[in-house]
Amino acid sequence: MSSTLESRSADVPSIPAPHQLGSRRAPSQKRAAAWMLAPAAVLLVTFVLIPIALTFALAFTDSKLVSPQPIRFIGFDNFTRIFADATFWKSLRNTVVFAVFVVPLQAGFALGLALLINTKIKGVNFFRTIYFLPVVTSMVVVAILWTFLYQPNGLINSLLLKIGIHGPDWLGDTHTALAAIIFMSIWQNVGFHMVIWLSGLQTIPSSLYEASSLDGASTWQNFKWVTWPGLKQTRTFILITITIAALALFTQINIMTQGGPLDSTSTVVYQAVRAGFQQQQTGYASAISLVFFVIVLMVSLVQRFLTRDKDQVR
Amino acid sequence: MAVRTYQRLVATSLAVALAVTMTSCAKGSSSQSDSGGSTLTLWTHNAGNAAELASINAIVTDYNSSQKNYQVKVQAFPQDSYNQSVTAAAAAKKLPCILDVDAPNVPNWAWAKYLAPLTGLDDTLSKFLPSTVGKWNSATYSFGYYDVSLTMVSRKSVLEANGIRIPTIDKPWTAAEFSAGLDKIKAGGKFKYALDLGTSATGEWWPYAYSPLLQSFGGDLINRTDFTSADKTLNGAAAVKWATWFRSMITGGFAPLKSGADPIADFGNGVSAILWSGQWSAVPLVKKFGDDVVFLPPVDFGNGPKIGGGSWQWAVSSGCANQAGAMDYMKFASQDKYVASVATATFNIPATDAAAAVVKGYEKGGAYDIFRQYSKKFATIRPPTPGYPFIATEFTKTAQDILNGADPKTELDQAVLDIDANQKSNNNFS
Repeated sequence: MSSTLESRSADVPSIPAPHQLGSRRAPSQKRAAAWMLAPAAVLLVTFVLIPIALTFALAFTDSKLVSPQPIRFIGFDNFTRIFADATFWKSLRNTVVFAVFVVPLQAGFALGLALLINTKIKGVNFFRTIYFLPVVTSMVVVAILWTFLYQPNGLINSLLLKIGIHGPDWLGDTHTALAAIIFMSIWQNVGFHMVIWLSGLQTIPSSLYEASSLDGASTWQNFKWVTWPGLKQTRTFILITITIAALALFTQINIMTQGGPLDSTSTVVYQAVRAGFQQQQTGYASAISLVFFVIVLMVSLVQRFLTRDKDQVR
Repeated sequence: MAVRTYQRLVATSLAVALAVTMTSCAKGSSSQSDSGGSTLTLWTHNAGNAAELASINAIVTDYNSSQKNYQVKVQAFPQDSYNQSVTAAAAAKKLPCILDVDAPNVPNWAWAKYLAPLTGLDDTLSKFLPSTVGKWNSATYSFGYYDVSLTMVSRKSVLEANGIRIPTIDKPWTAAEFSAGLDKIKAGGKFKYALDLGTSATGEWWPYAYSPLLQSFGGDLINRTDFTSADKTLNGAAAVKWATWFRSMITGGFAPLKSGADPIADFGNGVSAILWSGQWSAVPLVKKFGDDVVFLPPVDFGNGPKIGGGSWQWAVSSGCANQAGAMDYMKFASQDKYVASVATATFNIPATDAAAAVVKGYEKGGAYDIFRQYSKKFATIRPPTPGYPFIATEFTKTAQDILNGADPKTELDQAVLDIDANQKSNNNFS
């Protein structure tokens, strides 16, 4: 979303170009725009930029949450500790696995749902609402509910038992815990991206479909040659937002498993929060956050690069 | 022109942001002296606990009407965000004069200079249960009105039917006896689980409930002679024995890997035969089973039965500009009648003998007197080192991993490495 905002604000100066006559008008508009920007800018600086700058600085110190001792600069000690920590590598692996499964599955299901409800039949709004409901519900509430569903004698296993399957202790088994969380996360979030896909679908002019059906195109050909290319912008946006959200996995973990069993669901953000608040090691937690920041930045840049590359080819 | 406007804006917003943070800092240090008037602010974690909060409010009301010099004002917080609020307030130098603190955190907060040593209370506090008085570096920082006790809950009828001796405070179960008992109950087949360790709870429950078992085996969270290392105490032979036993409860099919959401209810419904829980289980279970339910001493795994000691306690902040007033309140609030009133409101073990005599159930021979005896005889406080919060998180993770099947020795060695590194990085809190 930020990318669209940026491009739009970059466009703003070019719009008043036609009325060059009012040469006094353009600067005053710019000033107005600038002052309108100010409240948001102040908040961003105070609550985003300054904390990020602090994180960068604290990552190289032994700062503690609770301590009477002055902060000391300790160079790269925190980073050597991170990279020597087996739990960090497990957390990183879990985070990557989560993203690798969630990004395509969630985007795919969301597109499927969006195609289903992008029809003009009676009652389609009812289904749109149903699919969107989990998104409106807080993740904390959803996580607590699913913890109950996943219990060894919970609803899911009771249903499985009816068809003769003895379900595992979903969240208590190292083999199923992460998968269970992946499934639940997709269920919770799929509605949000469905709405985004839907908005993308509705920007495709119906004249294109009319033309293609005149040519005798099948449903699949319609999708492949009209719908899919028409969703290019939406696709990039969805890819990047799901990836960043997936890498930042924390809430579900904190509520459902606390990283267990045997670190099978621990994530990088969970490690940072645990180190910073429970273990009172602000400096170490900042260093984890910094590493995480670099990883997310690299992933986003790679994605930007890949999507931009395609633009030029076409 | 436009560029300059933007530059100016960026500069302005930075300046405003800085100004905002600066003034809030400045406010922090200046308002500290404001509280130096006759008003003393008191913070408590009890916002979600109506009965306990009411008993604290009653003490404050009594105090405010008993003299004219000081007025105490109560501010209650929900327990979940209480510690964070205190830490944030301390960073902003806006701590209240009087605050409550969970016992194992007292040394950490005392070391961080959040708390001031209590003065003039030595005589009064000598009559308190040792586990209800918070000490660090030979100074007293806090006292509590009550303590709570861990207990093995079971039913007379179940134990008798399985031919298991009912243990007493003077003759608790030995490890062998306990193990044989579990075998008998399991063989009887009447219960899904012979034992429920209550593993579904999170947070401080893990060190509170399971480090006493470790201590009973002869291990500990850290070497208590100088609190610099956990080596050989948390990863010695005794600790490995504890870890192996802990895991064997799961692999042997005696206890669930993860207990139900409410282990006390499960026990009440006949899911488990023996429950490792605390005295708070007494009220619902006595209601359900009458005098069939028994609250037994912990098992003696070789080093004597152990239970965790120390609950919420009261302290004075070092930043309080009116130390005399705060100490005056603490002295007033430490009277036996208030120990009795808070213990009554919370159903907990009264901290003094005089209070116990008047709290229903805790008088000599009362229904709950046994908990007070356990507390007196078996309570071991969690290690009084400022490194405790870190040790607690390490122990929790280690115990969970061991329960899930990690190699005991490897896990315990790792915990020792982490704990020792943390103690060292803080200069051993000296």
